[in-house]
Amino acid sequence: MRIAVFTRSTPDTAAKVEVDASGKVTWGDAATVVNPWDEYALEEAIVQAKNAGGKAAVIAIGAPMHDEALKHSLAMGVDEAYRVWDDALEGADGLAYATTAAAAVKQLGDVELVLFGRDSVDVGTDQHIYATARKLGWTMLAYVSKIVSIDFAAKTIKVEKILEQGKQVITAPLPAVVSVLKDINEPRYPSFIGIRKAQKAAIPVWSLGDLSVTLPASAARVTAFKNLPPRDTRFELISGTPQEQAAQLVDKLLEEKVL
Amino acid sequence: MSAIYVWIETFKGKANPTSWEAVAAGRMLAGSMNLPVTALVFGENAAAVAQEAGAFGADNAITCDDATLSEFRLEPYAALLTQLVKTNAPKAVLGIASNRGRELLASSAADTDSPMLADVLDLSASGDGLSATRAVYAGKVLSDTNASGATVFVSLRSRAFKAADPAPKQIPVTTAAPALSEAQIATKIEGFAEAAGTVNLSDAGVIVSGGRGMANNPANPPAGLSGDAASVWKAQDGFANVLQPLADVLGGAVGASRAAVDAGYIPYAHQVGQTGKTVSPDLYIACGISGAIQHQAGMRSSKIIVAINKDAESPIFKMARFGLVGDLYQIIPALTEELKKRLGK
Ligand SMILES: Cc1cc2nc3c(=O)[nH]c(=O)nc-3n(C[C@H](O)[C@H](O)[C@H](O)COP(=O)(O)OP(=O)(O)OC[C@H]3O[C@@H](n4cnc5c(N)ncnc54)[C@H](O)[C@@H]3O)c2cc1C
Repeated sequence: MRIAVFTRSTPDTAAKVEVDASGKVTWGDAATVVNPWDEYALEEAIVQAKNAGGKAAVIAIGAPMHDEALKHSLAMGVDEAYRVWDDALEGADGLAYATTAAAAVKQLGDVELVLFGRDSVDVGTDQHIYATARKLGWTMLAYVSKIVSIDFAAKTIKVEKILEQGKQVITAPLPAVVSVLKDINEPRYPSFIGIRKAQKAAIPVWSLGDLSVTLPASAARVTAFKNLPPRDTRFELISGTPQEQAAQLVDKLLEEKVL
Repeated sequence: MSAIYVWIETFKGKANPTSWEAVAAGRMLAGSMNLPVTALVFGENAAAVAQEAGAFGADNAITCDDATLSEFRLEPYAALLTQLVKTNAPKAVLGIASNRGRELLASSAADTDSPMLADVLDLSASGDGLSATRAVYAGKVLSDTNASGATVFVSLRSRAFKAADPAPKQIPVTTAAPALSEAQIATKIEGFAEAAGTVNLSDAGVIVSGGRGMANNPANPPAGLSGDAASVWKAQDGFANVLQPLADVLGGAVGASRAAVDAGYIPYAHQVGQTGKTVSPDLYIACGISGAIQHQAGMRSSKIIVAINKDAESPIFKMARFGLVGDLYQIIPALTEELKKRLGK
């Protein structure tokens, strides 16, 4: 039995990201890291696989830069890593990603649980997660803050799911796709031995042909990246005693009509 | 006849008011595409919510007030939405990008092999499709994305579109049968714990946030507490008795930095930033927060940022429109008092 988890490499969270003169997104020489939300999914995959006596397999769909995230995953203790890449995936939309992700899970064969972090900060979305569940025809459990119990023999899972208004406790059948929130666990740091082993690991790369998928043409396409509009750089320092500062600030906020 | 569908999110029979922003976005598209706006309302009290949607600009509505839909479950909701889309082929399906809206719309988009524009900040009709502006790379860059197809799904960032002023009118309502019976639904809800007093940060017009600086509360912790436990007590006391009252006079919500959340000062639901909530209130007051880039990722699109920090060199002042250098524990109570006086509360 395997637990699959998806990840990607994203620019370091402290990196300055911008659009250069040629319209490309750059982050200079800043490093890439595992998509911050995926650390929780990776930790959960390692723990759940260990509890169930199964294996955790990590998959990235993307160009060679995503090997970085896969190696970090291996160093954390994930058992196997795979990357899917094909020129046809360049500029692919969420539906194409999901079609590919579902095929990769099928390729692994014995997967009962697929984990994702809440969203991918580079593409700024989570739509591919739900689409993957639908393409697999599996249960989707999103915004999970806790896996309460999981029974691979009886094929059931019980989770806590966060909505804006509170917390649902849900039971549902396996196989399932689960997206996890930050409060689900404390991700471990890769061990020194883990890092050494991961550096030497050869990561298999699957093409779309290897997965026997043909992609639908992407009907959603990015046409341009843009830098953020310049911020209002006006700054006013408000000084005085706390009471004077408070009174002046209220005047200003009333002027700005935000009260 | 084709239409623009707008899913109205409800909770316990009440509409989530941000759904009226989605109706307004639907109206805007409907105008340029010459189509009616159809509100979709699932669950209890659907008929009344549908009329409310009419007041906010919907032309007609489809409702399904079935017991299987009273609490949100993806399975029956997505099955019904997918069935409606397959039968009626609307040009677009809009909804607010709440937790539920995100997964519902993306699931039906996948079921119907339709393209989706997720979490959009801006939207327009372009050619035979739709064009949207989205935030990517943790909000550090924007992208323009086009989508075309028989139906395009769109989820909208809260507060990116402005709801219309309501004008009550009666709209025609069609009822739909649920797509799944309870026996066909495998997901079961075993319990629901309503979060007490949570204010939805993404929908808030005013946010007062606290950071690590909240621990420097002059209030004395109960005897016996020292070290970290005393800091946690001080910060929690500050969030509850200093920041919350300010948020209350402003009708706003309380946010926090990750440092405050990780230290146990306040629950994670309040975290603003790259690994928390993305917010865009009219007014964001950062108290005892240094303004790390990961925090900025969540609040940089706020209209007016006020920074209160005792360190005049703190990077948060680079983002702020108004800066107050000083001790938040002196400034915030004074500000709360002043606001009470001036706003007559
Ligand atoms: C992968 C990753 C993801 C992250 N995600 C997030 C995220 O989502 N959100 C987030 O916020 N951070 C996030 N961070 C953490 C971020 O880098 C900072 O560590 C964090 O934002 C700092 O919080 P802070 O400003 O409260 O604390 P500090 O940086 O310690 O700042 C405290 C401030 O309080 C001021 N202060 C102290 N006492 C007083 C007083 N009495 N009155 C007034 N001012 C006072 C100090 O001058 C100081 O400026 C992330 C980091 C990483 C690596």
